[in-house]
Amino acid sequence: MTAPKSSFLKRMRSQKQLMLMSLPMLLYVFLFSYYPLWGWTQAFQNFKPALSFSQQEWVGLKQFRFLFRDDTFLLVLRNTIAMSFINLVLGFVTAIVFAILLNEIKTRLYKRAIQTISYLPHFLSWIIVTGLVANALSVDGGIINVVLMKLGFIHEPIMWLSKPHYFWGIVGASHVWKEIGWNTIIYLAAITSIDPSLYEAAEIDGANRYRKMLNITLPGIKSIVIILVIMNLGWIMDAGFEVQYFLGNGVVVDWSQTIDIFVLKYGIQIGNYSLATAAGIFKTVVSVALIFAANTTAKRFGEDRLI
Amino acid sequence: MKSRTHSLEPVVFNTFNAIVMIALGIVTLYPFLNTIAVSFNAGNDTLRGGIYLWPRIWTWQNYNAVFAGGTIFHAFWVSVARTLIATVLSLFLTSMLAYTISRKEYVFRQPITIIVVLTMYFNAGLIPNYFLIKDLHLLNHFAVYVVPGLISAFNMIVIRTYMQTLPEGLIESAKVDGAGDFRTFFSIILPLCQPVLATVALFVAVGQWNSWFDTFLYASSKLNLSTLQYELMKLLSSASLSNSNPSVANGNNPAAINMVTPLSIRASITIVASLPILVVYPFLQKYFVHGLQLGGVKE
Repeated sequence: MTAPKSSFLKRMRSQKQLMLMSLPMLLYVFLFSYYPLWGWTQAFQNFKPALSFSQQEWVGLKQFRFLFRDDTFLLVLRNTIAMSFINLVLGFVTAIVFAILLNEIKTRLYKRAIQTISYLPHFLSWIIVTGLVANALSVDGGIINVVLMKLGFIHEPIMWLSKPHYFWGIVGASHVWKEIGWNTIIYLAAITSIDPSLYEAAEIDGANRYRKMLNITLPGIKSIVIILVIMNLGWIMDAGFEVQYFLGNGVVVDWSQTIDIFVLKYGIQIGNYSLATAAGIFKTVVSVALIFAANTTAKRFGEDRLI
Repeated sequence: MKSRTHSLEPVVFNTFNAIVMIALGIVTLYPFLNTIAVSFNAGNDTLRGGIYLWPRIWTWQNYNAVFAGGTIFHAFWVSVARTLIATVLSLFLTSMLAYTISRKEYVFRQPITIIVVLTMYFNAGLIPNYFLIKDLHLLNHFAVYVVPGLISAFNMIVIRTYMQTLPEGLIESAKVDGAGDFRTFFSIILPLCQPVLATVALFVAVGQWNSWFDTFLYASSKLNLSTLQYELMKLLSSASLSNSNPSVANGNNPAAINMVTPLSIRASITIVASLPILVVYPFLQKYFVHGLQLGGVKE
């Protein structure tokens, strides 16, 4: 027992500089990421900012009980999961299809031009993107209405953003528009790393382009897709905040509000810190549970896993 | 060369592929080109509609109004300042931590990695973070833009992964020459990491430049801390209000001598707010594509 311990201490002593280099950032991470977890106690209190910690009134699980009986919160939960799910499925399908199509382009300059254009929206803020979306969907002269009218599909402009049932679709489409190019990067890399001799062998066997896509390309990127699905499942409670906040309005509020907007409203605007913290805790706990569940499932199926 | 059915198939596929790509290009680029056209068109004329790719009545007035001094001009410089300061600091501190956990012999390598990576999934949430910022007296202070976001686990992993691809011999020979870890990091590792640092710098800078929520949450009562995105956000909410109000959209109103409208100002700020990014990112493209592949496929 003593021998490895003393060698550990010896190694520690020789690594003074490394320790010194990591210390400031480690303290920083504790202060900004772990210390705030202490604030979770607020969810079990009737928190009043003016009082000190010992003066707070403890109420147990009252806030959580309230949350799960509150119609607004249940709607918000439904919206969050629905929009996340739509974003997840749409995002994966479009990115994979786009990556496969890009991979078939052999002219380098053309390929690069398309890629550069498709990455562009990823770098813009959601404020700018939602502004562009609102413009495109606007009733007076928005390009979507203009095109649909010129093609004769509709006779008068549709008020897209005032129709509750369109809201999820609009959010999903906005996400695809913003991230399709970016999401493609990783699949394209996975496709390029597939052994080319597999394609040659398939060609000799008489496989056409579609057969090769179906039987070589898709299986070839399967493991990266699974890892990314796992990672994204952990963020299913993050349907986003900005899109819904900027594109939402009074008419569609029952379909647009997400947990993050709920937390902001109750916490910062109404000042019910305890309830907002409880909603935040719920979100984090579900995310972490999902990550571990998905990770274990992937392990059981013998796939590569995240952790 | 092969049978006829074989020679027709690639043509069909390639045509289909080209149509998809062109459609994607148009859908991506049109909103920008349209916004540029609107930003150069006289504001009261834009309200009549029908501006697509080219301005009808050319004017610099919208841009003059943005840069005329005042809030938006000031906000532009706040955005520039926070982006520069935060990028440099974050890059330096993140890569220093990344270096320590790239050293396989480091005794605390694993615990530090776990502690930092966990923060990717674990977040105390909005309210506790708000109270932390308040208790640290960062509310309505410029430092609130820089300090809370200095390190990101994702960026650290990207830098560490790159550092691990550097030849081990370099570090060993530096050690033999008597260099400590500080020296090795500054004079050998850091200069070799330029490609990955450029990538991460882009990520951090874009995040800083695009950020508005911290202004909204922590500094909205201080006008001189307002950022460009925050001003744009305020305009967005006001413009969408006036959009639904038919009296504003009446272009024949003789009182509308003012060529500048919230709509046209918004277009020009949108262009000003996206231009720096659009100019920089194509040059860094090959780095971040490579960096993401390293981080993604090997992790």
